[in-house]
Amino acid sequence: MQKRYVSIWFRHLLADWQLIRRPELCDIPFVFAAPDHGRNMITATSPLAASQGIEIGMRAADAKALCPGLEVLDDKAGRTTILLKGLGEWCVRYSPVVMADDFSVDGLFLDVSGCTHLWGGEREYLKEIVSRLKSKGYTVRVAMADTAGAAWAIARFGKVTPLIAPGTHTEALLALPPEALRLPENTLAKLSKLGFYRIRSFIGMPRSVLRRRFGEDFLARLGQALGTVDELITPLQVPVLFQERLPCLEPIKTRIGIEVAISRLLEHLCLRLQNEGKGLRTGVLTCYRIDGKVVQVSIGTSGATCSVSHLFKLFELKIDQIRPALGIELFVLEAPKVDDILPGQEALWAGKPGLDDQSVIQLLDRVTGKMGPDVIHRYVPAARYWPERSANRAVSITEKPIAQWHIDRPRPTELLSKPVPIEVMALIPDHPPKFFIYMGIRHVVVKADGPERIEREWWLDVGEHRDYYQVEDELGQRYWLFRSGHYGGEQRYQWFIHGFFA
Amino acid sequence: MNAKQELVSKLQQDILLWQGFKLQGKEAAEAIGLGELENVFPNGVFPKKAIHEFITVLPEHAAASDGFIGGLLSVLMKDGAACVWISTARKLFPVSLCLFNVEPERIIFMDVTREKDVLWIMEEALKCEGLAAVVAELNELSLIESRRLQLAVEGSGVTGFILRKDARKAVSTVASARWKISPVPSVTEDEMPGVGFPRWKVELTKVRNGNPGSWIMEWGGDRFVEVLPALKTAAWYDQEERQIG
Repeated sequence: MQKRYVSIWFRHLLADWQLIRRPELCDIPFVFAAPDHGRNMITATSPLAASQGIEIGMRAADAKALCPGLEVLDDKAGRTTILLKGLGEWCVRYSPVVMADDFSVDGLFLDVSGCTHLWGGEREYLKEIVSRLKSKGYTVRVAMADTAGAAWAIARFGKVTPLIAPGTHTEALLALPPEALRLPENTLAKLSKLGFYRIRSFIGMPRSVLRRRFGEDFLARLGQALGTVDELITPLQVPVLFQERLPCLEPIKTRIGIEVAISRLLEHLCLRLQNEGKGLRTGVLTCYRIDGKVVQVSIGTSGATCSVSHLFKLFELKIDQIRPALGIELFVLEAPKVDDILPGQEALWAGKPGLDDQSVIQLLDRVTGKMGPDVIHRYVPAARYWPERSANRAVSITEKPIAQWHIDRPRPTELLSKPVPIEVMALIPDHPPKFFIYMGIRHVVVKADGPERIEREWWLDVGEHRDYYQVEDELGQRYWLFRSGHYGGEQRYQWFIHGFFA
Repeated sequence: MNAKQELVSKLQQDILLWQGFKLQGKEAAEAIGLGELENVFPNGVFPKKAIHEFITVLPEHAAASDGFIGGLLSVLMKDGAACVWISTARKLFPVSLCLFNVEPERIIFMDVTREKDVLWIMEEALKCEGLAAVVAELNELSLIESRRLQLAVEGSGVTGFILRKDARKAVSTVASARWKISPVPSVTEDEMPGVGFPRWKVELTKVRNGNPGSWIMEWGGDRFVEVLPALKTAAWYDQEERQIG
């Protein structure tokens, strides 16, 4: 599709904004000033002040001498950016892709490809933008061209027409000064020193010559204006593909009302997802209240799904977090993350239980939704002997074990997270204990197996090896004991209890 | 006389039916592998659609109960279904379940901090038909809460196991069976040195519509084996010349 861009230039953005807030200033010249190196420098002027010869970059004191009735207002850093963002969000009505101008921070770009016919043509489209902004109090210059760079140039420097027909933007650029290419100051100075006052005078020169003189950035800017280099568009609002809106005639205040709204939105959304073979992974419900506040809740699923009942259950857990206050007038349900879903076949596989069973996955989603993500654990075998590290946490529910579980050695049913020191009486060098005292109770060992030596993973941590014994006392209770380190010598040794056998 | 007996047995069946014990068909009444012990349950079938309570006072009892439940899970999870294990302070060592023929990767552990959350998850999990069993480590359980769990079980057919630490707080619940598993000395074949198969004293202190009793059982590597009590155990000091390892 033929790409078309609109550039909107707010000539006196701050002044217009101030005039809307304080209409009494319309007959008084005023400027905005911000301190810079101990001087008050002018950062923006009103049209009236500009007509009296006051420019951006002058000192406020000089400007006051030039124009005695001048009003100097304080400027705040970043105010323009905030204003532009707000205006850009308002402009989403004209096109879904709106970008703030990063180069000169006084305009907007609109990607209007395929949008203009909704307003009855390109001329009417531009007229609508200008007149609507004018009625709000903003004086703007707009231009439409095939590239964002050309539109920017025509909006600021064009003298003939703001509407550049498709394919003719190169001719339109020829008569413009080099400033129209969004170039830095030093490049512009170099160009004017060399006598290049029009784009026409250097556009035909070989690229290698231009690159040597003015650098790669210059060629990029030129290419962006001509359409040979793509311009990076970062929209202010990323349009969400799957979104459903539900405006309410009466503000919704009750739990039942919210439930009805959610189920209705879900029905529409899931139908769309199903038709496109997609499943929801994350869902965001935004509630716009009549007092202007916005409440948001979100859910996530561990597998793509477009089942209304399951998604409704997940949202049901979150309804408590929605505070309707005076009432909710608009519900918006978005699916920022969707995945492909395998359609059909559900009836065929429904009879096979297991971890990938639909009902199990839905249960896990519900538990994660209510308790948080760090509740559910599953373990897969790790190829290691050290007991504390013999199992890895599975990352997902579908992860299959790579290694085998070690079942050739006795392992206790209950493992203490930290071994507890015990007092023992044992024959050296490698006999199991005769008795041991744990929690103040003396256990006389009747039967024992061992030792099983497990070496420490020296590449991970330092310490002694462990000699494990499985012992049984006279009551038949079975324990897992170990001695850390060798007997004697300068090394310390200590007996521990580490688990209970079944 | 014969007609009277028939009438009585018919009435007994009816009562069982009203209490939620459906007489399953011959093919559905699959044995759980407990042998003679299963006869004490109504109709001689281990109740799968039920809540089983295990009283574990000492950590040794908890370990024994874990092992016993592992043995039951090996039958319940035979068809590949998953199991949920809910706990506030879990000590179970997943690897050890391999010894009871359970694949540890098919157990989903849920670790929460509050007992209230354990109850919520347990009820949700018991309603989930894709699971084989749900094990929960719980201390406080009131009659009303246990009723809710029992209702969830009857709807889905998932077996519920509750491990309770405090015997004194054992108020009346609607659990179908209350078990107490305590370890007893193991016996090795031909009096060989070392520790034998895990052996437990299985006490059924309460069975709904059944007869409580006490048994000695052993996990024979792949199934439960009932052993007769009063077997002579060789003492440690009798085996002076034993080899270790």
